[in-house]
Amino acid sequence: MELYELTIQQALEAMRLGETSSAELTRSSLDRIDALDAKVGAFLVVAGERAQAEARQADERRRRGETAPLLGIPIALKDIFCTRGIQTTCASRILEGFVPPYDATLVSRLTAAGAVMIGKTNMDEFAMGSSTENSAYQLTHNPWDLDRVPGGSSGGSAAAVAAGFAAGAFGTDTGGSIRQPAALCGVVGMKPTYGRVSRYGMIAFASSLDQAGPFARTVADCALLLETVAGPDPNDSTSLPDPVPAYSANLECDLRGLRVGVPDEYFAAGMEPGVEQAVRRAIDVLSELGAEIKPVTMPHTEYALAAYYLIAPAEASANLSRYDGVKYGLRASNANTMELYTRTRGQGFGAEVKRRIMLGTYALSAGYYDAYYVKAQKVRTLIKSDFDRAFESFDVLVAPTSPTVAFPLGARTDDPLAMYLSDVCTLPPSLAGLPALSLPCGLSDGLPVGLQIVGPALGEQIVLQVAAAYERAGGWNARVAPLT
Amino acid sequence: MSVSDYEPVIGLEVHTQLQTKTKMFCGCAAAYAGAEPNTHVCPVCLALPGVLPVINKQAVEYAFMVGLALNCEIPEASKFDRKNYPYPDLLKGYQISQYDLPFNINGWLTVDVDGESSRIGVTRAHLEEDTAKLIHKRENGTSHTLMDVNRAGVPLLEIVSEPDIRTPAQARAYLQKLRLIVQTLGVSTGNMEDGAMRADVNVSVRRVGTIAFGVKVEVKNLNSARSVQRALEYEIQRQAQAVDRGETIQQETRGFDEDRGITVSQRSKEEAHDYRYFPEPDLPPVFITTEWIDSIRARLPELPDARRDRYASQFELSRYDAAQLTSSLPVSQFFEAAVAGNAKPKVAANWIQGELFRILRERDAELEALPLQPEHLAEVLNLVDEGTITQAIAKQVFEEAATTGTAPRKIVADRGLVQISDTGELEQIVAKAIAANPQAANDYRAGKVQAKGFLTGAVMKETRGKANPATVGEILERQLGSA
Repeated sequence: MELYELTIQQALEAMRLGETSSAELTRSSLDRIDALDAKVGAFLVVAGERAQAEARQADERRRRGETAPLLGIPIALKDIFCTRGIQTTCASRILEGFVPPYDATLVSRLTAAGAVMIGKTNMDEFAMGSSTENSAYQLTHNPWDLDRVPGGSSGGSAAAVAAGFAAGAFGTDTGGSIRQPAALCGVVGMKPTYGRVSRYGMIAFASSLDQAGPFARTVADCALLLETVAGPDPNDSTSLPDPVPAYSANLECDLRGLRVGVPDEYFAAGMEPGVEQAVRRAIDVLSELGAEIKPVTMPHTEYALAAYYLIAPAEASANLSRYDGVKYGLRASNANTMELYTRTRGQGFGAEVKRRIMLGTYALSAGYYDAYYVKAQKVRTLIKSDFDRAFESFDVLVAPTSPTVAFPLGARTDDPLAMYLSDVCTLPPSLAGLPALSLPCGLSDGLPVGLQIVGPALGEQIVLQVAAAYERAGGWNARVAPLT
Repeated sequence: MSVSDYEPVIGLEVHTQLQTKTKMFCGCAAAYAGAEPNTHVCPVCLALPGVLPVINKQAVEYAFMVGLALNCEIPEASKFDRKNYPYPDLLKGYQISQYDLPFNINGWLTVDVDGESSRIGVTRAHLEEDTAKLIHKRENGTSHTLMDVNRAGVPLLEIVSEPDIRTPAQARAYLQKLRLIVQTLGVSTGNMEDGAMRADVNVSVRRVGTIAFGVKVEVKNLNSARSVQRALEYEIQRQAQAVDRGETIQQETRGFDEDRGITVSQRSKEEAHDYRYFPEPDLPPVFITTEWIDSIRARLPELPDARRDRYASQFELSRYDAAQLTSSLPVSQFFEAAVAGNAKPKVAANWIQGELFRILRERDAELEALPLQPEHLAEVLNLVDEGTITQAIAKQVFEEAATTGTAPRKIVADRGLVQISDTGELEQIVAKAIAANPQAANDYRAGKVQAKGFLTGAVMKETRGKANPATVGEILERQLGSA
C-alpha cells in the first residue's frame, strides 16, 4: 500500500508505531500532487515548503511525546477559509492577491490539533455553483473521469481526497457543496448541523446556510476531522453552545430496530436509473443489517429549490458588498468612487456571482421583499417542519445525494437552472439546518454514486453511526480513484 | 397671509455615541479621541472577508438605560437588521442597525421653555454602529480621500422624536434635555461639538389650525444645539414664505451654513434610498426578560426630572429654580456641593442663576471650563453672612474666583476688601456725601425716598463697595433727619 492510500486513522497508527512519519506522509502527498494535479487541478495553492516544515515540527512534537488528534496529518483546505499569510481568494479575481492577516477558527483548531496544511483547493467562485466550473482560475477534473466535473462548490477538496492528494480535506456546504462533490468523487463528505462548526474566518456566501465540513475516504476519518473543529466559538454568535461528543470513539452501532425513512419526493424526475439502482441497493443493505425501512412523505420538498435561490442570493448580495476595491483585493483603475465600485466589481466578479447578486438584491428590494424574501423564509419553516414531523417517527432519513453521476465539463454551463437542479436532494436539509452526510454506495457506468443520510438537529452521532455500519457492509473500501 | 399664520412641525433624529469600553460588534477600544488613525481596528471592524459580529452587551444595557429614562416600552424580543447602502465609510456595504423591532419604543420626555413645560414624544431609540471617518484632502490640484477606521463600529444610539416639537427653542431644549439625560446616566458625553451627539432635524410648516402635515425637509450638519435653533429659525421662515407665495416645498435634504446662518439645498442626495433591510443572519435575536430590565432600572441613577422635583421639595425651591439648577449635570453637581459646603440652598440657587449664569453667558463658556469650585460659592456666601464683605464686593470676589480659581478668603485678604464696619469712618463718608449732594439731601427731607438710594449709591461708590449698605442707610437717615 502506498502512503497516500492510508486513511487518517491508518496514518496516525502508523506514525504512532514509528512505521512512518509526517515528513514521509507529506512528501508522499506532495509527490502525488506534483505528478498528477496538472491533470486534476484540485489545488490553487500548494504550500509545499511550509507543509514540509509543519511536518517536521509535527514529527518533533511526536518524538517529544506530545499527542494531538491530527498530529502530522496532511489536510487540504477549500480556498474559502482564511489562512494567515497564505493567499485566500474564494476562487475569485476580486480577491486575487488577498493574504489574510488572521486564521479562520477552523484553521486555528486544525493547527492546534497538529494538522499539516498541504494547500488551498479550487472551488466555485464564492461557493456559488455545483461543478467548480465557476472558478475564475482553473477547472477541476473529476479524478474518476477527467472529462467530467468533480461537483461543487467544494470540488477541489473532494477531488483532492478522491485522488489521494490528501487523506482529509475541508469544504463548505450551503446547499449541498460538500455532499454533492463527495458523491460525484466517491468520497465521504459531511455537512454538520448549522452552528456546529464556527463560521469565523470562512468567507461568507449565505450566512444562515453556510457550514464547514470534512471530506475523507472513511466515515471514521470524517468523524475525527469533524470533532476536531466543531464546538462553540465566541467569535461566531451563531455557533451552538452544545459540547461536542467524541464522534470517532462511538461509531459502533447495531442497526437492528433503527427506523429509517426514505422520502418519496427525493426519487423524483431527472434521476438517472443507475443512480437510483445504487441507492436502492444501499437501502437494501441497511435493511439486511436490521433497519426498518419505510417511505415518508415530505410534501414541501418541491419548494426547496425556489426558497433556496431566493434566500441564499439575498444574503450573498449583502455579504459580497464589502468587495469594493477600497480595502483589499482587486482595485480597478477609476476616475471616481462610483467607477471604483462598478469597475472593480465588473472586472472582479464572475457571471454566476453577478447573477446571484442581482437575484438577491431584487428579492430584498422595496415592493418585492415580502413576496420573495419573507415568503421564502416562511416556506423554509414549512420545509423544516416536514423534517421535524419525519423525525418523530424516524431516526434517520436516507436518499440519493445527487440525481445524477458526474456530468461532463461544460454540459450545464449554458443553463444555470439545469445546474441548480444538481442540488435538489441536498437543499432541503440545508434549509432545515440539519446534519447530512454522503458516502459512496456504488458505481453507475463507472462513476461514483452517493448515498445521503440525514439526521435530526445535533444528530451527527447517529448519522455517522449509520454511515459507518453501511460502510462496513457496503463494500466500497475507501478506494482512491484509479487516476494515472 | 403672513409668516405667523404658519406653524412649524419639527422632529429630531439624534445619534449619540455610547461610552462603552469596546465597539458595538468587536473588541476594539471604542474611545478613539487622540488615537493615531487606524489603530483601533481588527478584522471585524475592517470588514475583512470571513469576519462575524458579536453583540456588545454593555451597549445593549446602555440602550435600555436611555429607553427607561425616556419612559419607553421595551419589547420581549428585539433583533438587529442589515441596512444596505454603498459608501466607502461603510466598510461592509451595510450597517448593522435595527429596523422593525428596536430595543425601545413609545417614550417621551418633558422640556421646559421659558417656564412652560411640554411633553415631546420619542418614537424609538435603537442601536447601530458608527461609520468610519473620511478625510478629504486637496493637494496639487487633485483631491483624494483618506479613511480612518477607528470610529467604524462605535456604538450609536439613534433616538427619534415624534414630530411634536413646535418651536426652534423647544428643539434646542429637547436636545439639551437629551444631552442631560445621557450625561446623567453616564452612557455618553452628549457633546455635539466633537460629534459624540449629532442631530438632524425634519421640519415642515402648515397653516395654523390645520392638521395635515406639510412637505418635510431634512436639515443636516448641525454641530450645536444653538445651530439647530438657528437653522430651524431660518428654515421655518423660508418655508412659510415660500408656501405663502404659493410655491411647493421640495422634499429634500439641506445643509446648514454656520457662517451665513442659512440652509442650503444639497440636491446631490436624490431619491430616497431603498435600504433593503433584512434581519441580520449573523446575530441571534435578543430575548429580553423583565428580570433583566428590572435590574437595569434598579441601577439607574437619579434622573433629571426626579432631581428637579427633589430640589424643589428638599431645598424648598420653586419648580422654575429647581429646573434651572438641574438643567445641566455640572451645574446641579456644583449646587449640591455648595450646599454640602454649608451654602444656604435658596441663596446658592439665586447666585447660580444670577451671577454664575451671567458669567457663563458673558464668557460663552461651560462651567467645567472655569476654575471655579463649589466651595468658592459657599465661602463667598459665608463671608457675606459673617459680615466680612458686602454683597457688592461678594459679586466681585465671586467673579475673580471664577477667573483665577483663587479661594475667596484669599482674594478678600489680598485685595483688602473687608467691609468697612468702623462707624466713625462711615459717619465721615456719609457726611461728605450729603454735603456733596445738597439737592438729593433736600429731596429726601422733602419726602422723596429715591433720594436716599442715590445718596447710598454715592457712599458705596466712595467706599468702592466696602460699606455695608444697611449701616449706611441708618447713618444717612440719622444725619439727614437731624438737619
